[in-house]
Amino acid sequence: MPLWHSCLVLSGAVLLSLGISAAMLAFQDKPALEGIVRLFLGAFGSIWALEDCLVKAIPLFLCSLGVAVAFRLQIWNIGAEGQFALGAIGASWFALTFKGLGPLVMLPGMLGMALFAGGLWACIPAVLKLRMKANEIIVTLMMNYIAILFLDYLVYGPWKDQESYGFPMTPVFSPAAVVATTGSTRLNWGTLLCFLFGVLIWIFLRYSRLGFELMASGENVRCARYARLPYERLVILVMVISGALAGCAGFLEASANLNRLQPSIMVGYGYTAIVVAWLARLNPLYIGLASFLLAGLRVGVENLQLDLQVPAAFGSIMEGLILLTVLAAGFFNQYRLGVHKK
Amino acid sequence: MKKGLIILAVGVLLLFIIVWNIFLVEKKPVAPVQEKQPERAQVKTEDGKALKVGFVYVSPVGDAGWSYAHNQGRLAVEAMEGVTTSFVESVKEGPDSERVIQNMARKGFDVIFATSFGYMDPMLNVAKKFPKTIFMHCSGYKTAENMGNYFGRMYQARYLSGMVAGAMTKNNTLGYVAAFPIPEVIRGINAFTLGSQSLNPAVEVRVVWTKTWYDPATEKEAAKSLLDIGADVIAQHQDSPGPQEAAQEKGVYSVGYNSDMSAFAPKAHLTAPIWNWGSYYVDIVNQVKNGTWKSMAAWPGMDQGIVALAPFGAMVPADIQKKVLAMKTDLTAGKVKVFTGPIHDQAGNVKIAANASAADKELLGTTWFVKGVIGTTE
Repeated sequence: MPLWHSCLVLSGAVLLSLGISAAMLAFQDKPALEGIVRLFLGAFGSIWALEDCLVKAIPLFLCSLGVAVAFRLQIWNIGAEGQFALGAIGASWFALTFKGLGPLVMLPGMLGMALFAGGLWACIPAVLKLRMKANEIIVTLMMNYIAILFLDYLVYGPWKDQESYGFPMTPVFSPAAVVATTGSTRLNWGTLLCFLFGVLIWIFLRYSRLGFELMASGENVRCARYARLPYERLVILVMVISGALAGCAGFLEASANLNRLQPSIMVGYGYTAIVVAWLARLNPLYIGLASFLLAGLRVGVENLQLDLQVPAAFGSIMEGLILLTVLAAGFFNQYRLGVHKK
Repeated sequence: MKKGLIILAVGVLLLFIIVWNIFLVEKKPVAPVQEKQPERAQVKTEDGKALKVGFVYVSPVGDAGWSYAHNQGRLAVEAMEGVTTSFVESVKEGPDSERVIQNMARKGFDVIFATSFGYMDPMLNVAKKFPKTIFMHCSGYKTAENMGNYFGRMYQARYLSGMVAGAMTKNNTLGYVAAFPIPEVIRGINAFTLGSQSLNPAVEVRVVWTKTWYDPATEKEAAKSLLDIGADVIAQHQDSPGPQEAAQEKGVYSVGYNSDMSAFAPKAHLTAPIWNWGSYYVDIVNQVKNGTWKSMAAWPGMDQGIVALAPFGAMVPADIQKKVLAMKTDLTAGKVKVFTGPIHDQAGNVKIAANASAADKELLGTTWFVKGVIGTTE
């Protein structure tokens, strides 16, 4: 299929979902066209809005990138949420334990701990899968709950700030442990980190031998084994990369946006990441685009709420619609409509 | 394979070097705690121009609970002359809320109410950037020149609802479906327990934590688990009416929260401690209009009508109603205080000495249960 064809299909799908959304707006007696315009203005209509979208897209992008690497090998890692939590915990541990360090040691240390903790957490289901044939979908999903409860335990218990009136949160990190924002914007330097990871993963998947082995093994495990590809090692590798990337997202969220660890850090990026990865067909470039657009949708819906008092659930409905239409449109990328001749 | 590993290793090494350099280059010029310059100075509303008031809610306004109650307050403000309002619902605590609050400030809202604890630090950040906008945060403890905080003494109404529950229980076991072990909730459980013990010293209160504010299914299940261990009155610190429905299905009694929840469980609903934000919000907005608003930490109680008790169900006997209403009068008049000693904790240690009453600071940071509560604060 030529490129223009899939572009056409994709934009058709998005337009269809926007059309249905507009119809729903009209159904609620809201101005439909104005609503869609306000949605776009809220998401992409100003420098601030673009900034907000980028900030919101960072954790989505990193988690989604990780998930996509695992999906390439057809390892269904549903555990980005938990790996994100562990990344945040690892980074916070470093920040809270070595308070006196300067940013030069502190930030790389936090990043390192986040990558390590996220990677290690993701390694467990991989080992369980290889050793005991445990289904990774179930194990990663269940480990999300363990990770979140562990985070809760820490902030309600040993890490609780003594001056927070009993509210569950760690003390604020030292200024050295905060990833700075660029100039006067809300954007932090983590954006650059995203870019870097994106390019690295792209090169890894596209040009490295391992990347090829990954794809080949994903397509057919038995074939891969026959070709003596190291399937076991690949499983461990993708899960570690996957977990480390989600962990990095946790680090950036805790350090740059919250400046501390608290339960409200968990807002479901790990799950949305799966949606993003599918929308982007596991391609790093498209993942960047899709996470930016999905972040834009979430930001834009707030504008819609504020201006037209549309219920918040409208955003989730739109998100679902877009996913549904775009995935359904994949059908037209593989098959062509034609008239059946007798 | 080997080549791939080498490429990977070099890549990771490069990555670390680059990351290191980013922070190296970037950290120097930027001061650690940055005070961003204001993006746009807000124009103070002149007379005649409509005052824009924004609300940020943590859950959908249709929840019949916390956000519903605040939204009723918003509607009272909306009815004022020369005031327009709007809101954003289901805003997650943390970075999302900072964006929402900041966008409201940018759009020229003059007063912004944020109604969940987790909005405190985000709101403070925004307040620094928009010195001419007035920010009001509910249920926290931080203030700034242009940011006040407020809450209501819900524990007073909880005490009264506890009296009703204590009088109505047959097997002296009350169930309490609670959200998170934070001071606000713990304080409410303590007040409820003290209230029930005042009419029935043998009563015990069993607590289940759901770790949710609004999750009808989970909260209903939690109530059922309490019913299974013999609780015959279910109280709640949740925003969904799930526990009420569980009580009604089992044929026992319940105590609601936030708003009058009798519509969800008419046969079970004894009463409910409820919020009346309307008059308070109208008052604050009037202060802003008149230019008399000043930053404060407000904690009004029953005397100002911000908390109240929902009407009694028909099953509550008249003599109990009378006792509760008498206590209500005393509480409102300030003759009695809920947390007056001697009050013991679960281990039997005296936490508040005889005839002393707890200071506000102590109440705001309560992390222990009174004697008679079965459960932990962890």
